[in-house]
Amino acid sequence: MEISRRDFLKASGAGLGGIIIWRALGSDKKGFPKDITLKKEAIGETPTICCYCSVGCGAVVAASEDKNLVVNLEGDPDHPINQGSLCPKGQALLQINNVDGKINPYRLTKPLYRAPGASDFTEISWDDAIERIAARVKETRDRTFIKTDSNGKTVNRTEAIGSFGGGELDNEECYILSKMDRALGLVYMEHCARL
Amino acid sequence: MANKAILFDATKCTACRGCQVACKSWNEREAVKTTCQGTIENPPDLSPQTWIKMEFREVGNNGDLRWLFTRRACMHCTDAACVKVCPTGALFYHSLGFVSYDRGKCSGCGYCSQFCPFNVPRLNTNRVTGKGLMDKCTACTTSGLDRIDNVDNVGNELTPACVKTCPTGALTYGNRDELITTGSAKVQQLIVQGRKKAYLYGENEAGGTHVLYVLDDSPSVYGIVENPKVPVAATAWENIVKPAGYAIAGLAALGLLMNVMVARINLRRKEKKEKGGK
Amino acid sequence: MTNHYIDFRNADYILIIGCNPAENHPISFKWITEAVARGAKIINVDPRFTKTSSKAHVYARIRSGTDIAFIGGMIYWVIQDMEAHPENYNMDYVKNYTNAALIVNSGIKLPNDIGQNGVFSGFNPTTNKYDKATWQYGNTTTPETDTTLQNPYCVFQLMKKHYSRYTTDKVSQITGCPKDQIEAIYKEFAKSGAKDKAGTLLYAMGATQHTYGSQNIRAYSILQSLLGNMGIAGGGINALRGTSNVQGSTDQALLWQYLPGYLPVPVDTDADLNAFMTRAKGAPATPKGLAWDKSINWKGNYDKYIVSLLKAWYGENATKDNSFCFDYLPKAKTGANYSHIALMDAIGRGTIEGLWIWGQNPAAGGPNSNGARTALANLKWMVSADLWINETAEFWRRPGVNPADIQTEVIVLPAAGSYEKEGSISNSGRWVQWRYKAVNSPGEAMPDLEAMNLVMEKLRELYEADTSAPNREAITKLAWDYGEEITSDNVAKEMNGYDLTAKKLAASFIATLKNDGTTSSGNWLHCGQYPEEGKNLAKRRDPVDVSLNKIGLYSNWSWSWPVNRRIIYNRAAVDFDGKPWDSNRPLVQWDAANKKWLGDVIDGGGDPINIAAVGDKRGPIIMNNDGVANMWGRALADGPLPEAYEPWESPITNLMSGQQIDPCSYISTYMNERGTVDKYPYVGTTYRCTDHWQTGIMTRNLPWLNELSPNMYVEIGEDLANSLVPRIEKGDKVKVSSARGSIEAIAVVTKRFQGIQVNGTTIHHVGVLWHWGYSGLSKGDSGNILTPNVGDANTTIPESKTFLCNISKV
Repeated sequence: MEISRRDFLKASGAGLGGIIIWRALGSDKKGFPKDITLKKEAIGETPTICCYCSVGCGAVVAASEDKNLVVNLEGDPDHPINQGSLCPKGQALLQINNVDGKINPYRLTKPLYRAPGASDFTEISWDDAIERIAARVKETRDRTFIKTDSNGKTVNRTEAIGSFGGGELDNEECYILSKMDRALGLVYMEHCARL
Repeated sequence: MANKAILFDATKCTACRGCQVACKSWNEREAVKTTCQGTIENPPDLSPQTWIKMEFREVGNNGDLRWLFTRRACMHCTDAACVKVCPTGALFYHSLGFVSYDRGKCSGCGYCSQFCPFNVPRLNTNRVTGKGLMDKCTACTTSGLDRIDNVDNVGNELTPACVKTCPTGALTYGNRDELITTGSAKVQQLIVQGRKKAYLYGENEAGGTHVLYVLDDSPSVYGIVENPKVPVAATAWENIVKPAGYAIAGLAALGLLMNVMVARINLRRKEKKEKGGK
Repeated sequence: MTNHYIDFRNADYILIIGCNPAENHPISFKWITEAVARGAKIINVDPRFTKTSSKAHVYARIRSGTDIAFIGGMIYWVIQDMEAHPENYNMDYVKNYTNAALIVNSGIKLPNDIGQNGVFSGFNPTTNKYDKATWQYGNTTTPETDTTLQNPYCVFQLMKKHYSRYTTDKVSQITGCPKDQIEAIYKEFAKSGAKDKAGTLLYAMGATQHTYGSQNIRAYSILQSLLGNMGIAGGGINALRGTSNVQGSTDQALLWQYLPGYLPVPVDTDADLNAFMTRAKGAPATPKGLAWDKSINWKGNYDKYIVSLLKAWYGENATKDNSFCFDYLPKAKTGANYSHIALMDAIGRGTIEGLWIWGQNPAAGGPNSNGARTALANLKWMVSADLWINETAEFWRRPGVNPADIQTEVIVLPAAGSYEKEGSISNSGRWVQWRYKAVNSPGEAMPDLEAMNLVMEKLRELYEADTSAPNREAITKLAWDYGEEITSDNVAKEMNGYDLTAKKLAASFIATLKNDGTTSSGNWLHCGQYPEEGKNLAKRRDPVDVSLNKIGLYSNWSWSWPVNRRIIYNRAAVDFDGKPWDSNRPLVQWDAANKKWLGDVIDGGGDPINIAAVGDKRGPIIMNNDGVANMWGRALADGPLPEAYEPWESPITNLMSGQQIDPCSYISTYMNERGTVDKYPYVGTTYRCTDHWQTGIMTRNLPWLNELSPNMYVEIGEDLANSLVPRIEKGDKVKVSSARGSIEAIAVVTKRFQGIQVNGTTIHHVGVLWHWGYSGLSKGDSGNILTPNVGDANTTIPESKTFLCNISKV
């Protein structure tokens, strides 16, 4: 990539390398575009970083007009590490959202609850889920909390709650989870680094 | 306009198969149901939904073991059998030299798949109408999903999806004569390094193809047909029979004649396959 | 990683060991390929011939678990060659930038000394722990040195003595690799020891997942230090990590043994904040007699970062008078281990009653999956936040169990995917990259950030109301005012930190952070990422390489920690005048006219050694208290030098000494049967494939990836397959079993595995993928059902890469 093409990007600091995003009007999503009037329009090309390995390749995502479906995803040609290329996992990122024109049916869309001994999940509301979680955490923590240990030292911990996660979380999410865990007095905390 | 091509350098390919997914993604192909056949290769064959796949070959043993990766997709012949025999003109030459395809015009006759020296075109089977449509790589020239005629929004030339996604530069895209120069230079380098059978495939094969291969060994070691020939029947078909047929008897007689020729070619091809193969 | 991905292209020699980048980090091969185009050589060492091996110039097969023997032999070869031909190496570097010349305590005993029987001095066989007193330098405050490297107690001579047992004959015997291949590799990679040559070493879980995994890595760093490859472009030891933000999640301390920024976790013996900070800071130990005379001991700044962290967490409530709320923090129990194996253990024994899981799948990801799944039934409650239902979230209805028998309450939270939310992740090269929301998450799925905030707000409400709850102020006094609309932007600023007096974002941890409560920073490593309002440097997208000689630093793309330094320890890349050892790869360079450093952000500030004033001549390895690369280690659990041991489950006895396994291996007693070679004659090893990722939950629900790799499979050599009765043909269904459990899989029969001759025995490997489970679109048995509940002596990372198993046709 020559600098001359990228001058405006440098200046803005937020530019996006280009791929054409196609909006195929009236196309059968099964992949048989017949007589289509094409509009070559970028529909919000958004840069992202792949969520799989740790190389950190850049990809550019194009969304449907209602912003619910990914209609195209390709490597970010400006990204210094991958320069537009993607491995099969990176290329398949699109299917996390969109499989054959619909939201991937395996995606969770509602909070779920499984009661003790139950054979299935039931859908619950977010409010319900949050209340249950907070109630369980508090009850377990308070009952098992060790303020001072057998040597009389102030230790302020609970060993009855564990925390897992997460190499898939954003830094900011990791940070507040770390903060939450410590504030609650957890010591058992792990993520996938050893796996 | 310049004549373009894709160059596949097998010595740089790591068989990540990003190309397989990139093609499916751009060309809106569905995943096919597969099972593990005891190797890591999948899908087992090209199909209307699978326009490109990588083949894996373990060659040699112990100290001289090699694992070779072969790109398998339309070779985009300069003088394509499929274009010659296609009765409807669904298959045609793109201005940049690739063999492009208009699915809307396909009649499902299957002649292209019978005549292709590389055994590439694949048809759907439609049990109801008996008519299945063909599909194959179009080097991203499919109308409505055309990459290579266009530029991005800062003016960069777009490349076929497989080429763009290839991480190591095993796939490159450019003017055919320039790729022949670079490819030949790489082949020379390989020969100097001791790979005496290194070869640039596609320069002249089948009249010259728009997909070129840098190989560090003879094509057959990579599972590539050594002397691909456009069947004489195809040329005959295009130059003599087709026009004569239209003149004489219409589609019915044409069909009959075709069947005879096709059957003979099939027989010959069957024999060849039994001799060669993986 | 000490370096970064693009930097691979700067290497002349690329040693890839315990790592398969062509398979699992395919884009990294772009840069490896570029290096090769510039003339670089790839040397690949692996029990299996992989995609990486297919592109290597030199491939050598070694038995799984024998890296220390292999590298130990190379260390010895280099030491001997160095003595014979010092002109081929960078002796100034070795003598002044490593601890080669430092003199160790004369009480040290090596594993081969009389009576040691394979362990170092200080070992207590009752506790399986070492007293490390004899491993320290003779003088621990100002270590003596011998720059002639002759003193029998100098590190160089001790290493020579220790590794003299690692002759190529012995190495060949242990690894099963032919002697000529071993010597060819040693000779080739040693060429990177020249001043104008760079060798990089790539490793991954193949090296770390052993009971002596940390020592494997230490062996690599010793080698790279001897060869002068640390801190230079095209060099370093480079971990190709497995997850997109495992780097970040480790930086933010989601591992139990740290606070954010690798600050130590407080333990019960830390009497108060001051005691804790004193322990954290350590003290410099500047060696006498080297070219430089000041050890910066960057950890000496840890008090500033600790106080700033507490200010970020407790805000105005944290004051000098209350030790900045230090007492609120949980203190770990001395000697306790709270890591994965121990955690699952604690669930199994009923200590842990509740578990919350934010994007992880321990029922398939950790060792001994059957044990893990059985253990989970002891939980009273579990929370799983994920994009999908995974094996952990539905462990209670997995094949073979009756849900009515399992009382665990499970709450599943639908999470947003990576491009359905905004935030940053850090790649293996420490680049903090910001990414944006492209589409809405489906249905009611929510970014984890928002879900966590809702949970914590609710908890704070409950704790505000309950005045009798223990240590409730730790929650109620927490600085948690993100409001209803928490944003990653606000959190990023908190992580960066503030000058609280000036009420401005902190410019950098060097310039800004203090230990007096006037500054805050959630993670000092991130301080400088967001130095001004509107200037989140992680968002930068300048794709132009402005580095000297275009060595690919791309310093204006995103932001790397610390302080945007792209290659750490880069002070070691120059001589005492500040001139690069290699003019072709000027990573940093002293500009004498303008009295400043050019190139990458210099590590440790100050002037070059020969220009700086006496007393301010800085040692290059600023995070070590002695300022040098520690080839001789003083602090690891299982020895100052890597020593060859066999894995916990091994087919042979240790040929190096009478000590069979790493004496400090972490061995769980929970559902952890140990297999023997009579029942389980083959060496099992787990690994990954390109098409799937970790436990598969993020890839087995995607049809395009299932198409490429549709079924759980194992790989075995043709020779093994043909030797079995009945024979195994490719595509057959097989059963693989270990002392922990058994799985079914499809057999991929290949030439890429071959029997290895070790001391008269043929040892076969069975390669096991671990991407499958009973959930999702593509189902299959989990490879981790086979792996043992044993871990590395230092990190407790499970020994997934070498265990014993058996295989037969179903």
